[in-house]
Amino acid sequence: MKILVAVKRVVDYNVKVRVKADGTGVETANVKMSMNPFDEIAVEEAVRLKEAGKATEIVVVSVGPTQAQETLRTALAMGADRAILVQNDAETQSLGVAKALKALAEKEQPGLVILGKQAIDDDANQTGQMLAALLGWAQGTFASKVVPAEGTIAVTREIDGGLETVELKLPAVVTTDLRLNEPRYASLPNIMKAKKKPLETVDAASLGVDLTPRLKTLKVAEPPKRAGGVKVGSVQELVAKLKTEARVI
Amino acid sequence: MTTLVIAEPSVEGVKVPTLTTLGAASKLGGDVHVLVLGYSDGGQGVGAVAEATAKVAGVAKVLTADAAELAHGLAENVAPLVVGLVKSGGYSHVLAPSTTFGKNVAPRVAALLDVAQISDITGVESPDTFTRPIYAGNAIATVQSSDPVKVATVRGTAFEAVAATGGSAAVEAAAGAADAGLSKFVSQEVSKSERPELTSARVIVSGGRGMQSGDNFPLLEALADKLGAAVGASRAAVDAGFVPNDYQVGQTGKIVAPELYIAVGISGAIQHLAGMKDSKVIVAINKDEEAPIFQIADYGLVADLFKAVPELTSELGKAG
Repeated sequence: MKILVAVKRVVDYNVKVRVKADGTGVETANVKMSMNPFDEIAVEEAVRLKEAGKATEIVVVSVGPTQAQETLRTALAMGADRAILVQNDAETQSLGVAKALKALAEKEQPGLVILGKQAIDDDANQTGQMLAALLGWAQGTFASKVVPAEGTIAVTREIDGGLETVELKLPAVVTTDLRLNEPRYASLPNIMKAKKKPLETVDAASLGVDLTPRLKTLKVAEPPKRAGGVKVGSVQELVAKLKTEARVI
Repeated sequence: MTTLVIAEPSVEGVKVPTLTTLGAASKLGGDVHVLVLGYSDGGQGVGAVAEATAKVAGVAKVLTADAAELAHGLAENVAPLVVGLVKSGGYSHVLAPSTTFGKNVAPRVAALLDVAQISDITGVESPDTFTRPIYAGNAIATVQSSDPVKVATVRGTAFEAVAATGGSAAVEAAAGAADAGLSKFVSQEVSKSERPELTSARVIVSGGRGMQSGDNFPLLEALADKLGAAVGASRAAVDAGFVPNDYQVGQTGKIVAPELYIAVGISGAIQHLAGMKDSKVIVAINKDEEAPIFQIADYGLVADLFKAVPELTSELGKAG
Protein backbone atom coordinates (compact mmCIF):
# COMPACT_ATOMS: atom_id res chain seq x y z
CA MET A 1 0.00 0.00 0.00
CA LYS A 2 1.26 3.42 -0.96
CA ILE A 3 0.72 6.23 1.56
CA LEU A 4 0.38 9.87 0.61
CA VAL A 5 1.20 12.34 3.40
CA ALA A 6 0.49 16.06 3.19
CA VAL A 7 2.61 18.56 5.10
CA LYS A 8 2.46 22.33 5.56
CA ARG A 9 5.20 24.82 6.32
CA VAL A 10 4.03 27.05 9.15
CA VAL A 11 5.40 29.51 11.71
CA ASP A 12 7.14 27.40 14.35
CA TYR A 13 4.91 26.58 17.31
CA ASN A 14 7.30 28.26 19.75
CA VAL A 15 7.16 31.62 18.00
CA LYS A 16 4.95 34.28 19.54
CA VAL A 17 3.37 35.73 16.42
CA ARG A 18 3.02 39.47 15.91
CA VAL A 19 0.20 41.08 14.03
CA LYS A 20 1.47 43.43 11.30
CA ALA A 21 0.90 47.10 12.01
CA ASP A 22 -1.11 47.55 8.79
CA GLY A 23 -3.53 44.77 9.80
CA THR A 24 -2.93 42.65 6.69
CA GLY A 25 -1.69 39.56 8.49
CA VAL A 26 0.94 38.33 10.91
CA GLU A 27 4.67 38.93 10.58
CA THR A 28 6.31 35.98 8.82
CA ALA A 29 9.53 37.64 7.63
CA ASN A 30 12.59 36.47 9.60
CA VAL A 31 10.44 34.16 11.68
CA LYS A 32 11.37 30.53 12.28
CA MET A 33 9.29 28.21 10.10
CA SER A 34 8.78 24.49 10.68
CA MET A 35 6.63 21.58 9.64
CA ASN A 36 3.14 21.82 11.13
CA PRO A 37 3.34 19.63 14.30
CA PHE A 38 0.27 17.57 13.37
CA ASP A 39 1.86 16.86 9.97
CA GLU A 40 5.01 15.59 11.69
CA ILE A 41 2.75 13.10 13.43
CA ALA A 42 1.29 12.18 10.02
CA VAL A 43 4.76 11.54 8.55
CA GLU A 44 5.77 9.54 11.62
CA GLU A 45 2.67 7.34 11.38
CA ALA A 46 3.33 6.62 7.71
CA VAL A 47 6.95 5.72 8.47
CA ARG A 48 5.86 3.41 11.29
CA LEU A 49 3.35 1.69 9.00
CA LYS A 50 6.13 1.16 6.47
CA GLU A 51 8.50 -0.15 9.13
CA ALA A 52 5.74 -2.57 10.21
CA GLY A 53 5.47 -3.86 6.64
CA LYS A 54 1.99 -2.34 6.15
CA ALA A 55 3.11 0.24 3.59
CA THR A 56 5.39 0.01 0.58
CA GLU A 57 6.06 3.62 -0.34
CA ILE A 58 5.56 7.02 1.29
CA VAL A 59 5.01 10.04 -0.94
CA VAL A 60 5.03 13.36 0.88
CA VAL A 61 3.31 16.39 -0.63
CA SER A 62 3.18 20.08 0.18
CA VAL A 63 1.32 22.95 -1.42
CA GLY A 64 3.25 26.15 -0.85
CA PRO A 65 6.23 28.34 -1.73
CA THR A 66 9.72 27.22 -2.83
CA GLN A 67 10.83 27.20 0.82
CA ALA A 68 8.37 24.39 1.51
CA GLN A 69 11.04 22.18 -0.09
CA GLU A 70 12.83 22.35 3.29
CA THR A 71 9.71 20.99 4.97
CA LEU A 72 9.55 18.19 2.42
CA ARG A 73 13.25 17.40 3.00
CA THR A 74 12.50 17.10 6.71
CA ALA A 75 9.79 14.55 5.90
CA LEU A 76 12.21 12.69 3.62
CA ALA A 77 14.77 12.66 6.44
CA MET A 78 12.14 11.17 8.75
CA GLY A 79 11.66 8.31 6.29
CA ALA A 80 9.40 9.34 3.40
CA ASP A 81 10.58 8.02 0.02
CA ARG A 82 9.89 10.89 -2.35
CA ALA A 83 8.34 14.31 -2.37
CA ILE A 84 6.12 16.48 -4.53
CA LEU A 85 5.85 20.25 -4.13
CA VAL A 86 2.83 21.95 -5.65
CA GLN A 87 4.47 25.33 -5.94
CA ASN A 88 2.26 28.24 -5.03
CA ASP A 89 3.59 31.50 -3.63
CA ALA A 90 0.20 33.06 -2.93
CA GLU A 91 -2.04 32.33 0.04
CA THR A 92 -3.43 28.80 0.16
CA GLN A 93 -6.81 27.86 1.63
CA SER A 94 -8.12 24.44 2.56
CA LEU A 95 -10.47 23.88 -0.38
CA GLY A 96 -7.77 24.67 -2.95
CA VAL A 97 -5.23 22.48 -1.17
CA ALA A 98 -7.77 19.65 -0.97
CA LYS A 99 -8.31 19.94 -4.74
CA ALA A 100 -4.55 19.79 -5.41
CA LEU A 101 -4.24 16.75 -3.13
CA LYS A 102 -7.18 15.12 -4.89
CA ALA A 103 -5.45 15.53 -8.26
CA LEU A 104 -2.26 14.00 -6.84
CA ALA A 105 -4.19 11.16 -5.16
CA GLU A 106 -5.80 10.32 -8.49
CA LYS A 107 -2.38 10.21 -10.12
CA GLU A 108 -0.55 8.36 -7.34
CA GLN A 109 -3.39 6.01 -6.33
CA PRO A 110 -2.45 5.70 -2.64
CA GLY A 111 -4.25 3.26 -0.35
CA LEU A 112 -4.20 5.81 2.45
CA VAL A 113 -3.73 9.56 2.80
CA ILE A 114 -2.57 10.92 6.17
CA LEU A 115 -2.68 14.61 7.11
CA GLY A 116 -2.48 16.64 10.29
CA LYS A 117 -5.92 17.45 11.70
CA GLN A 118 -5.20 21.16 11.57
CA ALA A 119 -2.42 23.59 10.74
CA ILE A 120 -1.39 25.76 13.66
CA ASP A 121 -1.36 28.93 11.56
CA ASP A 122 -4.92 29.26 10.25
CA ASP A 123 -6.34 26.64 12.67
CA ALA A 124 -8.87 25.66 9.99
CA ASN A 125 -9.14 21.89 10.55
CA GLN A 126 -10.68 21.24 7.12
CA THR A 127 -8.29 19.89 4.50
CA GLY A 128 -8.53 16.18 5.32
CA GLN A 129 -12.32 16.21 5.50
CA MET A 130 -12.53 18.17 2.24
CA LEU A 131 -10.13 15.82 0.48
CA ALA A 132 -12.15 12.80 1.62
CA ALA A 133 -15.32 14.47 0.35
CA LEU A 134 -13.84 15.29 -3.06
CA LEU A 135 -12.48 11.76 -3.50
CA GLY A 136 -15.66 10.15 -2.16
CA TRP A 137 -13.57 8.30 0.43
CA ALA A 138 -14.08 7.61 4.12
CA GLN A 139 -12.47 9.92 6.68
CA GLY A 140 -10.98 9.08 10.06
CA THR A 141 -10.39 12.44 11.68
CA PHE A 142 -8.56 13.26 14.94
CA ALA A 143 -6.95 9.81 15.02
CA SER A 144 -5.17 8.53 18.12
CA LYS A 145 -4.69 4.98 16.77
CA VAL A 146 -4.80 3.42 13.29
CA VAL A 147 -4.80 -0.29 12.56
CA PRO A 148 -4.87 -1.26 8.88
CA ALA A 149 -6.41 -4.60 7.89
CA GLU A 150 -7.30 -6.19 4.55
CA GLY A 151 -9.26 -3.55 2.62
CA THR A 152 -10.18 -1.64 5.77
CA ILE A 153 -8.59 0.43 8.51
CA ALA A 154 -9.70 0.79 12.12
CA VAL A 155 -9.31 4.36 13.34
CA THR A 156 -9.67 5.39 16.97
CA ARG A 157 -10.75 9.03 17.11
CA GLU A 158 -10.45 11.61 19.88
CA ILE A 159 -13.97 12.97 20.31
CA ASP A 160 -15.47 15.41 22.83
CA GLY A 161 -16.73 12.65 25.10
CA GLY A 162 -13.69 10.38 24.91
CA LEU A 163 -12.68 7.93 22.19
CA GLU A 164 -14.55 6.38 19.27
CA THR A 165 -13.40 3.64 16.94
CA VAL A 166 -14.67 3.44 13.35
CA GLU A 167 -13.88 1.02 10.57
CA LEU A 168 -13.22 2.66 7.21
CA LYS A 169 -13.13 1.18 3.76
CA LEU A 170 -9.78 1.73 2.03
CA PRO A 171 -8.65 3.89 0.36
CA ALA A 172 -9.34 6.42 3.09
CA VAL A 173 -8.18 9.72 4.57
CA VAL A 174 -6.88 9.89 8.14
CA THR A 175 -6.12 13.09 10.07
CA THR A 176 -3.86 12.93 13.09
CA ASP A 177 -4.41 14.02 16.65
CA LEU A 178 -1.71 14.58 19.27
CA ARG A 179 -1.72 11.16 20.86
CA LEU A 180 -1.21 9.12 17.68
CA ASN A 181 2.56 8.94 18.14
CA GLU A 182 5.62 10.92 19.11
CA PRO A 183 7.50 11.95 15.98
CA ARG A 184 11.18 11.05 15.72
CA TYR A 185 14.02 13.47 15.16
CA ALA A 186 15.77 12.92 11.86
CA SER A 187 19.32 11.65 12.35
CA LEU A 188 22.22 13.39 10.61
CA PRO A 189 22.89 10.45 8.23
CA ASN A 190 19.19 10.45 7.32
CA ILE A 191 19.24 14.21 6.74
CA MET A 192 22.18 13.66 4.36
CA LYS A 193 20.37 10.79 2.62
CA ALA A 194 17.23 12.89 2.27
CA LYS A 195 19.09 15.37 0.09
CA LYS A 196 19.42 12.67 -2.56
CA LYS A 197 15.81 11.52 -2.48
CA PRO A 198 13.60 12.65 -5.40
CA LEU A 199 11.70 15.93 -5.01
CA GLU A 200 9.47 16.88 -7.91
CA THR A 201 7.99 20.35 -8.34
CA VAL A 202 4.68 20.87 -10.17
CA ASP A 203 2.34 23.81 -10.42
CA ALA A 204 -1.35 23.88 -9.73
CA ALA A 205 -2.24 24.64 -13.36
CA SER A 206 -0.56 21.41 -14.53
CA LEU A 207 -2.85 19.56 -12.10
CA GLY A 208 -5.85 21.45 -13.46
CA VAL A 209 -6.52 22.99 -10.07
CA ASP A 210 -7.49 26.54 -9.14
CA LEU A 211 -5.89 27.57 -5.85
CA THR A 212 -7.45 31.05 -5.76
CA PRO A 213 -8.61 31.74 -2.18
CA ARG A 214 -12.39 31.84 -1.71
CA LEU A 215 -12.23 33.79 1.52
CA LYS A 216 -10.94 37.31 1.51
CA THR A 217 -9.12 38.43 4.65
CA LEU A 218 -10.27 41.98 5.29
CA LYS A 219 -8.29 42.55 8.46
CA VAL A 220 -6.09 40.83 11.02
CA ALA A 221 -6.05 42.35 14.48
CA GLU A 222 -4.59 41.71 17.92
CA PRO A 223 -7.00 39.99 20.27
CA PRO A 224 -8.14 42.01 23.30
CA LYS A 225 -5.34 41.96 25.85
CA ARG A 226 -5.94 40.39 29.18
CA ALA A 227 -4.47 42.51 31.92
CA GLY A 228 -2.44 40.57 34.44
CA GLY A 229 -3.83 40.53 37.96
CA VAL A 230 -2.38 40.32 41.39
CA LYS A 231 -0.44 37.78 43.39
CA VAL A 232 -2.06 36.68 46.60
CA GLY A 233 -0.06 35.61 49.61
CA SER A 234 -2.18 32.79 50.95
CA VAL A 235 -5.08 30.47 50.29
CA GLN A 236 -7.21 32.48 52.74
CA GLU A 237 -6.52 35.69 50.84
CA LEU A 238 -7.39 33.94 47.55
CA VAL A 239 -10.72 32.70 48.90
CA ALA A 240 -11.51 36.15 50.32
CA LYS A 241 -10.80 37.83 46.96
CA LEU A 242 -12.84 35.29 45.01
CA LYS A 243 -15.76 35.85 47.37
CA THR A 244 -15.75 39.60 47.87
CA GLU A 245 -13.87 41.08 44.90
CA ALA A 246 -14.48 38.72 41.97
CA ARG A 247 -17.72 37.36 43.45
CA VAL A 248 -17.43 34.09 41.57
CA ILE A 249 -17.80 31.71 44.51
CA MET B 1 -31.99 34.20 3.38
CA THR B 2 -32.40 31.09 5.51
CA THR B 3 -29.85 29.40 7.76
CA LEU B 4 -29.66 25.67 8.37
CA VAL B 5 -28.17 24.79 11.75
CA ILE B 6 -26.91 21.23 12.15
CA ALA B 7 -27.74 20.32 15.74
CA GLU B 8 -25.22 18.58 17.94
CA PRO B 9 -26.46 14.97 18.15
CA SER B 10 -28.23 14.32 21.41
CA VAL B 11 -30.09 11.50 23.09
CA GLU B 12 -32.01 13.83 25.34
CA GLY B 13 -32.85 17.52 25.07
CA VAL B 14 -31.07 20.27 23.16
CA LYS B 15 -27.31 20.42 23.66
CA VAL B 16 -25.63 23.67 24.70
CA PRO B 17 -23.47 23.79 21.52
CA THR B 18 -26.70 23.77 19.48
CA LEU B 19 -28.05 26.72 21.50
CA THR B 20 -24.86 28.78 21.08
CA THR B 21 -24.77 27.97 17.35
CA LEU B 22 -28.35 29.25 17.21
CA GLY B 23 -27.05 32.37 18.97
CA ALA B 24 -24.70 32.93 16.03
CA ALA B 25 -27.49 32.13 13.54
CA SER B 26 -29.73 34.78 15.12
CA LYS B 27 -27.10 37.41 14.29
CA LEU B 28 -27.33 36.61 10.56
CA GLY B 29 -30.96 37.66 10.31
CA GLY B 30 -33.41 35.63 8.24
CA ASP B 31 -35.17 32.38 9.11
CA VAL B 32 -33.44 29.64 11.06
CA HIS B 33 -34.09 25.94 10.49
CA VAL B 34 -32.49 23.19 12.57
CA LEU B 35 -31.59 19.70 11.40
CA VAL B 36 -31.89 17.14 14.21
CA LEU B 37 -30.30 13.88 13.14
CA GLY B 38 -29.53 10.55 14.69
CA TYR B 39 -31.03 7.15 15.20
CA SER B 40 -33.75 6.40 17.73
CA ASP B 41 -33.59 2.63 17.27
CA GLY B 42 -37.15 2.17 18.52
CA GLY B 43 -36.70 4.62 21.42
CA GLN B 44 -37.75 8.25 21.70
CA GLY B 45 -34.43 9.76 20.67
CA VAL B 46 -34.65 11.94 17.61
CA GLY B 47 -38.36 12.67 17.88
CA ALA B 48 -38.13 13.87 21.48
CA VAL B 49 -35.01 15.94 20.76
CA ALA B 50 -36.82 17.47 17.77
CA GLU B 51 -39.82 18.37 19.97
CA ALA B 52 -37.48 20.06 22.45
CA THR B 53 -35.68 21.86 19.61
CA ALA B 54 -39.00 23.14 18.25
CA LYS B 55 -39.50 25.01 21.54
CA VAL B 56 -36.19 26.88 21.24
CA ALA B 57 -36.61 30.62 20.73
CA GLY B 58 -36.18 31.83 17.15
CA VAL B 59 -36.37 28.46 15.39
CA ALA B 60 -38.80 28.52 12.43
CA LYS B 61 -38.61 24.88 11.42
CA VAL B 62 -37.09 21.64 12.68
CA LEU B 63 -36.08 18.97 10.18
CA THR B 64 -35.58 15.46 11.50
CA ALA B 65 -33.56 12.63 10.05
CA ASP B 66 -33.85 9.41 11.98
CA ALA B 67 -32.03 6.49 10.41
CA ALA B 68 -29.62 3.70 11.37
CA GLU B 69 -26.94 5.05 9.05
CA LEU B 70 -27.00 8.39 10.91
CA ALA B 71 -26.17 6.79 14.26
CA HIS B 72 -22.91 8.13 15.73
CA GLY B 73 -22.89 11.03 13.25
CA LEU B 74 -20.73 9.33 10.60
CA ALA B 75 -19.64 12.18 8.31
CA GLU B 76 -19.75 10.01 5.18
CA ASN B 77 -23.52 9.58 5.68
CA VAL B 78 -24.42 12.90 7.31
CA ALA B 79 -22.74 15.17 4.74
CA PRO B 80 -24.70 14.03 1.65
CA LEU B 81 -27.95 14.41 3.62
CA VAL B 82 -27.07 18.00 4.53
CA VAL B 83 -25.96 18.77 0.98
CA GLY B 84 -29.28 17.45 -0.34
CA LEU B 85 -31.19 19.67 2.08
CA VAL B 86 -29.11 22.73 1.17
CA LYS B 87 -29.76 22.18 -2.52
CA SER B 88 -33.49 21.51 -2.19
CA GLY B 89 -34.07 24.09 0.57
CA GLY B 90 -32.05 26.90 -0.97
CA TYR B 91 -30.21 27.67 2.25
CA SER B 92 -27.85 30.64 2.28
CA HIS B 93 -25.94 29.53 5.39
CA VAL B 94 -25.09 26.26 7.09
CA LEU B 95 -23.83 26.48 10.67
CA ALA B 96 -22.55 23.69 12.88
CA PRO B 97 -21.07 23.83 16.38
CA SER B 98 -17.26 23.64 16.70
CA THR B 99 -17.50 20.29 18.42
CA THR B 100 -15.69 17.19 17.21
CA PHE B 101 -18.97 16.29 15.47
CA GLY B 102 -19.27 19.67 13.72
CA LYS B 103 -15.60 19.87 12.82
CA ASN B 104 -15.77 16.40 11.29
CA VAL B 105 -18.92 16.96 9.22
CA ALA B 106 -18.98 20.64 8.15
CA PRO B 107 -15.84 20.67 5.94
CA ARG B 108 -17.17 17.58 4.15
CA VAL B 109 -20.41 19.44 3.49
CA ALA B 110 -18.53 22.53 2.29
CA ALA B 111 -16.33 20.58 -0.12
CA LEU B 112 -19.33 18.75 -1.60
CA LEU B 113 -20.94 22.17 -2.18
CA ASP B 114 -17.63 23.48 -3.61
CA VAL B 115 -17.52 26.30 -1.10
CA ALA B 116 -15.01 27.36 1.55
CA GLN B 117 -15.68 26.75 5.21
CA ILE B 118 -15.19 29.45 7.79
CA SER B 119 -13.92 27.64 10.89
CA ASP B 120 -14.67 28.50 14.47
CA ILE B 121 -16.32 31.88 13.98
CA THR B 122 -16.33 34.18 17.01
CA GLY B 123 -18.29 37.05 15.51
CA VAL B 124 -20.79 37.87 12.77
CA GLU B 125 -20.03 41.24 11.15
CA SER B 126 -22.56 40.81 8.34
CA PRO B 127 -24.14 37.84 6.56
CA ASP B 128 -20.93 37.31 4.54
CA THR B 129 -18.28 38.58 6.95
CA PHE B 130 -17.09 36.86 10.10
CA THR B 131 -14.32 37.07 12.67
CA ARG B 132 -12.31 34.04 13.66
CA PRO B 133 -9.19 33.38 15.70
CA ILE B 134 -5.98 32.28 13.98
CA TYR B 135 -2.57 31.34 15.38
CA ALA B 136 -4.02 29.91 18.59
CA GLY B 137 -6.05 33.06 19.15
CA ASN B 138 -3.00 35.34 18.97
CA ALA B 139 -4.64 37.13 16.05
CA ILE B 140 -8.23 37.68 15.02
CA ALA B 141 -8.99 37.60 11.30
CA THR B 142 -12.00 39.22 9.67
CA VAL B 143 -12.88 37.19 6.58
CA GLN B 144 -15.42 37.67 3.84
CA SER B 145 -16.92 34.86 1.81
CA SER B 146 -18.11 35.32 -1.76
CA ASP B 147 -19.45 31.76 -2.00
CA PRO B 148 -23.17 31.28 -2.69
CA VAL B 149 -23.56 29.22 0.50
CA LYS B 150 -21.66 30.13 3.65
CA VAL B 151 -20.66 27.09 5.68
CA ALA B 152 -19.23 27.85 9.11
CA THR B 153 -18.50 26.22 12.44
CA VAL B 154 -19.29 28.26 15.54
CA ARG B 155 -17.15 28.70 18.63
CA GLY B 156 -19.61 28.18 21.46
CA THR B 157 -17.90 30.42 24.00
CA ALA B 158 -18.20 33.44 21.67
CA PHE B 159 -21.99 33.52 21.42
CA GLU B 160 -24.84 33.66 23.91
CA ALA B 161 -26.99 30.56 23.98
CA VAL B 162 -30.54 31.31 22.82
CA ALA B 163 -33.40 30.58 25.20
CA ALA B 164 -34.44 26.92 25.17
CA THR B 165 -38.09 27.93 25.42
CA GLY B 166 -40.48 30.36 23.79
CA GLY B 167 -40.52 28.92 20.27
CA SER B 168 -43.10 26.80 18.50
CA ALA B 169 -41.54 25.57 15.28
CA ALA B 170 -43.03 23.07 12.88
CA VAL B 171 -41.35 19.66 12.83
CA GLU B 172 -40.88 17.95 9.48
CA ALA B 173 -39.18 14.72 8.51
CA ALA B 174 -36.33 15.16 6.03
CA ALA B 175 -35.73 12.44 3.50
CA GLY B 176 -32.45 11.54 1.91
CA ALA B 177 -30.43 9.60 4.47
CA ALA B 178 -28.48 6.74 2.94
CA ASP B 179 -25.52 4.58 3.83
CA ALA B 180 -22.52 5.63 1.74
CA GLY B 181 -21.00 2.23 2.55
CA LEU B 182 -17.66 3.80 3.45
CA SER B 183 -17.53 3.67 7.22
CA LYS B 184 -19.04 2.00 10.22
CA PHE B 185 -19.06 2.58 13.93
CA VAL B 186 -17.23 -0.05 15.97
CA SER B 187 -17.08 1.10 19.59
CA GLN B 188 -16.66 4.02 21.93
CA GLU B 189 -15.10 4.68 25.29
CA VAL B 190 -16.88 7.64 26.77
CA SER B 191 -15.68 9.11 30.04
CA LYS B 192 -18.42 8.85 32.63
CA SER B 193 -18.61 11.69 35.09
CA GLU B 194 -21.16 13.18 37.45
CA ARG B 195 -19.47 16.54 37.06
CA PRO B 196 -20.61 19.20 34.58
CA GLU B 197 -19.35 19.10 30.99
CA LEU B 198 -16.17 21.10 30.42
CA THR B 199 -17.59 23.27 27.67
CA SER B 200 -20.63 24.35 29.67
CA ALA B 201 -19.30 24.36 33.26
CA ARG B 202 -19.49 27.56 35.33
CA VAL B 203 -16.26 26.67 37.11
CA ILE B 204 -13.32 24.58 35.86
CA VAL B 205 -10.39 23.21 37.82
CA SER B 206 -7.55 22.21 35.49
CA GLY B 207 -4.32 20.35 36.17
CA GLY B 208 -1.03 20.36 34.29
CA ARG B 209 2.32 18.68 34.32
CA GLY B 210 2.83 19.92 37.89
CA MET B 211 0.30 17.33 39.06
CA GLN B 212 3.12 14.78 38.50
CA SER B 213 0.78 11.80 38.17
CA GLY B 214 -2.80 10.84 37.40
CA ASP B 215 -2.94 9.52 40.98
CA ASN B 216 -2.88 13.12 42.18
CA PHE B 217 -5.93 14.25 40.17
CA PRO B 218 -8.32 13.25 43.02
CA LEU B 219 -6.92 16.38 44.76
CA LEU B 220 -8.43 18.46 41.97
CA GLU B 221 -11.60 16.39 41.89
CA ALA B 222 -12.21 17.08 45.57
CA LEU B 223 -11.80 20.80 44.92
CA ALA B 224 -14.01 20.59 41.83
CA ASP B 225 -16.77 18.83 43.76
CA LYS B 226 -16.69 21.57 46.39
CA LEU B 227 -17.21 24.16 43.62
CA GLY B 228 -19.57 22.16 41.40
CA ALA B 229 -16.82 22.40 38.79
CA ALA B 230 -15.65 20.37 35.82
CA VAL B 231 -12.09 19.01 35.73
CA GLY B 232 -9.81 19.83 32.80
CA ALA B 233 -6.17 19.43 31.94
CA SER B 234 -3.35 20.84 29.86
CA ARG B 235 -1.94 18.96 26.91
CA ALA B 236 1.13 18.05 28.98
CA ALA B 237 -1.05 16.25 31.52
CA VAL B 238 -2.96 14.39 28.81
CA ASP B 239 0.18 13.44 26.87
CA ALA B 240 1.73 12.13 30.09
CA GLY B 241 -1.31 9.88 30.50
CA PHE B 242 -2.53 11.50 33.75
CA VAL B 243 -6.07 11.90 32.34
CA PRO B 244 -7.97 10.99 29.12
CA ASN B 245 -7.90 13.15 25.98
CA ASP B 246 -11.38 14.58 26.53
CA TYR B 247 -9.99 16.60 29.48
CA GLN B 248 -7.73 18.67 27.24
CA VAL B 249 -8.26 22.42 27.16
CA GLY B 250 -6.34 24.34 24.50
CA GLN B 251 -5.82 25.34 20.88
CA THR B 252 -6.54 21.86 19.59
CA GLY B 253 -8.59 20.59 22.50
CA LYS B 254 -11.66 22.15 24.06
CA ILE B 255 -12.23 25.90 24.12
CA VAL B 256 -13.75 27.01 27.41
CA ALA B 257 -14.82 30.30 28.97
CA PRO B 258 -16.18 29.63 32.46
CA GLU B 259 -16.86 32.22 35.15
CA LEU B 260 -13.89 30.84 37.10
CA TYR B 261 -10.92 28.87 35.78
CA ILE B 262 -8.46 27.51 38.32
CA ALA B 263 -5.18 26.44 36.69
CA VAL B 264 -3.17 24.16 38.93
CA GLY B 265 0.40 23.22 38.08
CA ILE B 266 -0.06 24.59 34.57
CA SER B 267 2.81 26.69 33.22
CA GLY B 268 0.69 28.45 30.60
CA ALA B 269 1.94 27.58 27.10
CA ILE B 270 0.23 29.71 24.44
CA GLN B 271 -1.51 26.60 23.16
CA HIS B 272 -3.19 26.15 26.54
CA LEU B 273 -3.99 29.85 26.97
CA ALA B 274 -5.73 29.70 23.58
CA GLY B 275 -8.32 27.42 25.12
CA MET B 276 -9.12 29.32 28.31
CA LYS B 277 -8.07 32.96 28.15
CA ASP B 278 -11.65 34.14 27.65
CA SER B 279 -12.59 32.85 31.12
CA LYS B 280 -14.04 35.60 33.29
CA VAL B 281 -11.76 35.06 36.28
CA ILE B 282 -8.53 33.07 36.13
CA VAL B 283 -6.72 31.74 39.18
CA ALA B 284 -3.27 30.19 38.87
CA ILE B 285 -1.57 28.05 41.47
CA ASN B 286 2.02 27.23 40.59
CA LYS B 287 5.24 26.98 42.55
CA ASP B 288 7.23 28.61 39.72
CA GLU B 289 6.66 32.33 40.09
CA GLU B 290 8.04 32.90 36.56
CA ALA B 291 5.35 30.68 34.96
CA PRO B 292 3.66 32.53 32.05
CA ILE B 293 0.23 31.62 33.42
CA PHE B 294 0.70 34.37 36.04
CA GLN B 295 0.77 37.00 33.28
CA ILE B 296 -2.88 36.40 32.48
CA ALA B 297 -4.18 35.22 35.85
CA ASP B 298 -6.38 37.59 37.85
CA TYR B 299 -5.21 35.95 41.04
CA GLY B 300 -1.90 34.14 41.26
CA LEU B 301 -0.76 32.03 44.18
CA VAL B 302 2.88 30.98 44.20
CA ALA B 303 2.71 27.82 46.24
CA ASP B 304 3.22 24.08 46.29
CA LEU B 305 -0.02 22.78 44.84
CA PHE B 306 0.09 19.67 47.00
CA LYS B 307 -0.33 21.92 50.04
CA ALA B 308 -2.39 24.73 48.52
CA VAL B 309 -5.10 22.66 46.82
CA PRO B 310 -6.17 20.64 49.89
CA GLU B 311 -6.04 23.86 51.91
CA LEU B 312 -8.26 25.59 49.34
CA THR B 313 -10.70 22.69 49.39
CA SER B 314 -10.95 22.80 53.15
CA GLU B 315 -11.18 26.61 53.25
CA LEU B 316 -14.12 26.49 50.84
CA GLY B 317 -15.77 23.94 53.09
CA LYS B 318 -15.86 26.44 55.96
CA ALA B 319 -19.07 28.31 56.50
CA GLY B 320 -19.38 31.92 55.35
